[in-house]
Amino acid sequence: MKTRMKILASLLPVVLSCALVAPVSAEGGRLLATGGVTMIEGAAGGGLVPWAVLSSYAEEDEWGGTVAVSQADVNDFRLSVMGVSVNYRNRLELSFAKQTFNLTTIGGDLTQNILGAKYRLGGDILYGQMPQISLGLQYKENTRFGLPQAVGAQRDSDIDAYLAVSRAWLAGPFDRTWLVNGTVRATRANETGLLGFGGDLNDSHELLAEVAVGVFLHRSLALGVEYKQKPSNLGFAEESDWSSLFMAWFPSKSVAITGAYVDLGEIAGLAGQEGFYLSLQASF
Amino acid sequence: MKCFSAFVVCILLIMPNVAVGQTLYDELGQKQGIENIVEELLFNIADDRRIRHHFAESDLTRVHQMLSEQICELTGGPCVYSGDDMVTSHTGMGVTRADFNALVECLQLALDTFEIPVGAQNRLLALLAPMHHEIVGL
Ligand code: HEM
Repeated sequence: MKTRMKILASLLPVVLSCALVAPVSAEGGRLLATGGVTMIEGAAGGGLVPWAVLSSYAEEDEWGGTVAVSQADVNDFRLSVMGVSVNYRNRLELSFAKQTFNLTTIGGDLTQNILGAKYRLGGDILYGQMPQISLGLQYKENTRFGLPQAVGAQRDSDIDAYLAVSRAWLAGPFDRTWLVNGTVRATRANETGLLGFGGDLNDSHELLAEVAVGVFLHRSLALGVEYKQKPSNLGFAEESDWSSLFMAWFPSKSVAITGAYVDLGEIAGLAGQEGFYLSLQASF
Repeated sequence: MKCFSAFVVCILLIMPNVAVGQTLYDELGQKQGIENIVEELLFNIADDRRIRHHFAESDLTRVHQMLSEQICELTGGPCVYSGDDMVTSHTGMGVTRADFNALVECLQLALDTFEIPVGAQNRLLALLAPMHHEIVGL
């Protein structure tokens, strides 16, 4: 808990200074919160799931971007993420995320870099008949492959592909704005890639579902849940699906703060990986 | 599963009862309330560098009257909109998607000024959003 606060506190000036220079560089033409927040793989989404929305507030004739720092602390592990993204004309999002997964009980770190691209195929989150539909690719590279290899991972880099559909209802149940996102991902990443790709039990891509549902209590405050199916390719330990209950606050178009309770199930044979997630994002 | 149950419990605890029997027209403060909101909207637009140029040549008294009438009718009030249809009145203006959202933001600020509750704001926006394709890109 203490370390987490220290790390976040040291990164806060970075995020805030980005937020301060933000208003001069671009005036985002989309409505508040329509860029979601930076998920752990660097793409726009919630916390765990990439959504069909593209990052920042760039509209069709603009560009924008985000910088984010996030951390999830569960019983025996801590995931730290630095993510950056750019959005070109609300059509193409390019992102990069650097993940460090600290094995706080066992000792050591797993690390991975993720280069992402998300292309909006069509539709819109709010307007018109068609929901927003986007296609995403993630090139993931495990940068410290010793441990993953020892537990049976077949390779240290791979590509995930996903198709995401997002739609918001301005006045849904309780006259609140609701957002629903469904994502189908082809992946063979173990623990999202932190434990490498493919394994002794299975070495091919599988199609897995990820969902998010959120409700805006106010246009700057959303409460939501996410669920992410995961493969189980390694014989040494079963992999669990992940879920979270999150609250995202958008005090302005420059800043977003996300807090969540996360349930990561069993990781590497250690059960009960529950804890808290905090993410700060600056948009420009 | 835990997260989903917690989500449902939170929703049930936090959400106020939706006002029953009150039309949106009433919630916006009827005719006078709507006219005040539209007036505030036009003030906000006049202050907004992103979109005020669209209105530079317009008869704002007419826009005020027509938009108030239109919202009154849309929300269930005793009015009949007498202006031009949306396509006719916005053709040739080149309203962009960003312009449309900017106007929505001006409206949200106006609704905040008169302390219109979130639920009523959402219902109004849900009535206006379907006009997007009749206004943008013409
Ligand atoms: C849902 C959104 C909108 C609604 C319901 C709406 C409604 C109206 C109405 C009722 C009129 C008067 C029509 C008449 O004179 O008969 C009007 C005129 C006008 N609207 Fe909109 N409008 C919307 C969005 C926009 C946007 C986004 C812009 C530009 C940023 C815009 C710019 C104008 C202008 C400049 C006029 C005056 C045209 C003139 O001078 O004759 N409107 N609008």
